[in-house]
Amino acid sequence: MNYHFKAPCSKKKLRSIREFISSNLKKHALADVEINMIVLAVDEVCANLIIHSHNCDPEETLELSMLIEDNKRVIFKIIDRGEGFNPLNHKEPSLEEIIQTKKKGGLGLILVKKIMDHIEFKSDSKKNVCILQKNIGI
Amino acid sequence: MIDISNNIEDDFLVISLDGEVDASSSIHLDKAIDEAVKNNHKKILVDGSKLSYISSAGLGVFMSYIQDFDSQGIKLILFGLSEKVKNVFQILGLDQLLKICESKEEAKQLF
Repeated sequence: MNYHFKAPCSKKKLRSIREFISSNLKKHALADVEINMIVLAVDEVCANLIIHSHNCDPEETLELSMLIEDNKRVIFKIIDRGEGFNPLNHKEPSLEEIIQTKKKGGLGLILVKKIMDHIEFKSDSKKNVCILQKNIGI
Repeated sequence: MIDISNNIEDDFLVISLDGEVDASSSIHLDKAIDEAVKNNHKKILVDGSKLSYISSAGLGVFMSYIQDFDSQGIKLILFGLSEKVKNVFQILGLDQLLKICESKEEAKQLF
């Protein structure tokens, strides 16, 4: 099954993005803890894009699609037209660094990497595409 | 959306979280903990029994106060977390850096 959602680049819309993902995953009989982890990873990527690539400008949008292959995997595609940013090119801080510097950011991408089985960012002159893939065993 | 309420029970400050802590609402959690530290509370309990979601923004708030807790002799314990919320702390191993208990009674005994 393929599902689509479009959201303005506002942090307040993260909740509706999460609801879109969890309501569709629930149709596919996944455990609550697993649904929450998948929702979390996509929420983290969307929050990063909204804040860092779009400066929380609600006139701009994120397009999200999710493809659920039963008993196999779920694939998310997040498309935006902001400044291309590939977090995979940035070194993530260690937990010790985060505690010492008292920085509140930096944990999101670590979570995404731990949760997802495949992460890909690509950009061309028109758009940026982030692909997140999670293997599921229903 | 998160509702945060403070309650004093004996010499404990109980901060109750009701709702979701994400990139949009984590600022309220930050403010609540900042006030607890500034008001010199040394025994802080965080009631997460009505916390339905936490993202890295919320985890980052707790992480950013670990040094203050250590240097100022403050102890903060979370309790009542649902399985899915506790799992988020566990993914990063934060359950080793922050104390998490099942119940308020259990948490109080650790002070």
